[in-house]
Amino acid sequence: MENTILAAVNIVKYFYDPVKVKVLNGVNFSIHRGDFVSIVGKSGCGKSSLLYVLSTMDTDYEGDVLIDGISMQQKKEPYLAKIRNEKIGFVFQFHYLLNEFTVLKNVMLPGLKLHKYSEKEVEARAYDKLKTLGIADLALKNAARLSGGEKQRVAIARALINDPDIIMGDEPTGNLDKKNSELVFDIFKQLSHELNQTMLIVTHDPDFAAKTNRIIRMEDGKIVNEEKNLVG
Amino acid sequence: MNLKLIINIAQSLLVARWRQTLVAAVGVTFGITMFIALLSFMSGLNDLLDGLVVNRTPHIRLYNDIRPRRHQPVTLWPAYQNTYPMISSLKSGNIRQEIYNSGPIIQALQQNKAVLGVAPTITAQVFFNDGTVDINGVINGIDVKAETKLFHFDDYIVAGKATDLNTVPNSIILGIALAQKLVANVGDIVQITTSTGAIFQLKVVGFFQSGLQDFDKAQSYASINTTQKILGKSSLYITDIRVKLYDINQAPALAKSFARIYGVDAEDIQTANSQFETGSFVRSLISYAVGITLLIVAGFGIYNILNMMIYEKMDTIAILKATGFAGRDVKAVFLVIAIAIGLFGGITGLISGFGLSVVINHIPFHTAALPTVKTYPINYNPLFYFIGISFSLITTYLAGWLPARKASKIDPVIIIRGK
Repeated sequence: MENTILAAVNIVKYFYDPVKVKVLNGVNFSIHRGDFVSIVGKSGCGKSSLLYVLSTMDTDYEGDVLIDGISMQQKKEPYLAKIRNEKIGFVFQFHYLLNEFTVLKNVMLPGLKLHKYSEKEVEARAYDKLKTLGIADLALKNAARLSGGEKQRVAIARALINDPDIIMGDEPTGNLDKKNSELVFDIFKQLSHELNQTMLIVTHDPDFAAKTNRIIRMEDGKIVNEEKNLVG
Repeated sequence: MNLKLIINIAQSLLVARWRQTLVAAVGVTFGITMFIALLSFMSGLNDLLDGLVVNRTPHIRLYNDIRPRRHQPVTLWPAYQNTYPMISSLKSGNIRQEIYNSGPIIQALQQNKAVLGVAPTITAQVFFNDGTVDINGVINGIDVKAETKLFHFDDYIVAGKATDLNTVPNSIILGIALAQKLVANVGDIVQITTSTGAIFQLKVVGFFQSGLQDFDKAQSYASINTTQKILGKSSLYITDIRVKLYDINQAPALAKSFARIYGVDAEDIQTANSQFETGSFVRSLISYAVGITLLIVAGFGIYNILNMMIYEKMDTIAILKATGFAGRDVKAVFLVIAIAIGLFGGITGLISGFGLSVVINHIPFHTAALPTVKTYPINYNPLFYFIGISFSLITTYLAGWLPARKASKIDPVIIIRGK
């Protein structure tokens, strides 16, 4: 089990507003290095809530999250921020980029925050990631001037900048048209195949989920079904 | 924390909202400008008004006061050694006005490290004879050099030259109101009668104007030698020793010690003119209060604008937090924004405050009180600029602190789920 990168241990979460509702009801699963996992389920089944708990951004839950074997329960906010910076890359549905910065700077920011490499090196790495995703020519454009598909690809490049242990996506294709969705999915697949990148994607798009290695199906705050999908 | 990165992010946010930033900075600039101009002007006026009195008043004045003798014959009588005598209808004795040993005292004072300078003077009560009219007046015998150095005597001379008192024998400088009464011009001869009945003729070499009409109506100046001659006294005769100190605040303590050491009466400036201290203190207090109020108002402006910026930048803050920036980094970003506004607004404020001071300093201002003053006075004290910039940084820091804290507490999950 030493190649388990992320584990959820009996996670229970409540929403209190407007009434107390149990959104996650004892979720257990683990993800190994190199896994390409999707979580599917109906709207309101708790799949996004689970992702935010796993991402360390939401700290109001019972149970435990282990990232790389380390418990995230009872950790201080700056420590969790460091974990997110170092080990997790995010791709969101709507919140892509910082409009005040150029594309390149957007990709560079988490790298500069990590401060593992010099600014020059971070810049070179950012160019590298952009090139991998085929958008190096957008590097010096202002982030606000990009199309939705382009923005999402830049967001993926940003998620990759610190070579994270895992990439988490919250409906990364939910706001894109079919063509761009496919493009983004191809990128994910490429990352999984070529870089053996671990990924955990929440989606309600069955086509997307069908192409991942492992599908976790949720209903009413619980995992109801899990399928291995060897098609790739 | 990576300060360079924080500053970089703050800068990008500022540039993206440069209009709001400018408005906030202009608020600070205005506050600091008015703070500097107001304090410089007020302080300049204070110095001017204080100067009216303080420039001409010695910090310590040594003299022999007229009063009853301390040791009455009855207290010296052995039979009454252990009693408390009651003496009625006690009169002031014939105490000599002259300061004994004035030469050695002056020398000792001049060697004292706390003393800036010493000016011996004599006063003589005389009558100015103008035809059939006798006008009551005072001749002050002065050491012109010491007087000019210590009491800005030159500044009050409106006609003639102060140094002529030394070079022209039997010369006098008249108060301008006195001169008008005597219809005397520079170069004319005036006649005086002393209290002992001696008659002298003195040549008018100049006029002075103190700005205090009553003073100018009665006072006149002559050299010490001339005054001694008028009074028929020897060249050792001195009635007052006027002392200026380096530090005015030492005056009361030193006055006491001088009185004890030299066996004379000593009066310090604080006792003689306490109301001026109070006046200038209150004026400074008012200008500081107004200046600081302006800066606090500017601080509220910054608070508002930062608050608005945080509402606008919720998404940015959420993304920063999601990608690994801690709450304290976000807080630092907004504090840097606030301080940048304070620094930029403050420095422009200092420059325009200096400009406004220069403009005020060139507005014509004529007053009978100070013949040498032609424009409004300004005190260009660097301390005001230092206070101005420190205060602008402190207010902006405080104004930025609450919004920055709010930004640091934003929960990225709520923002990201919200859409």
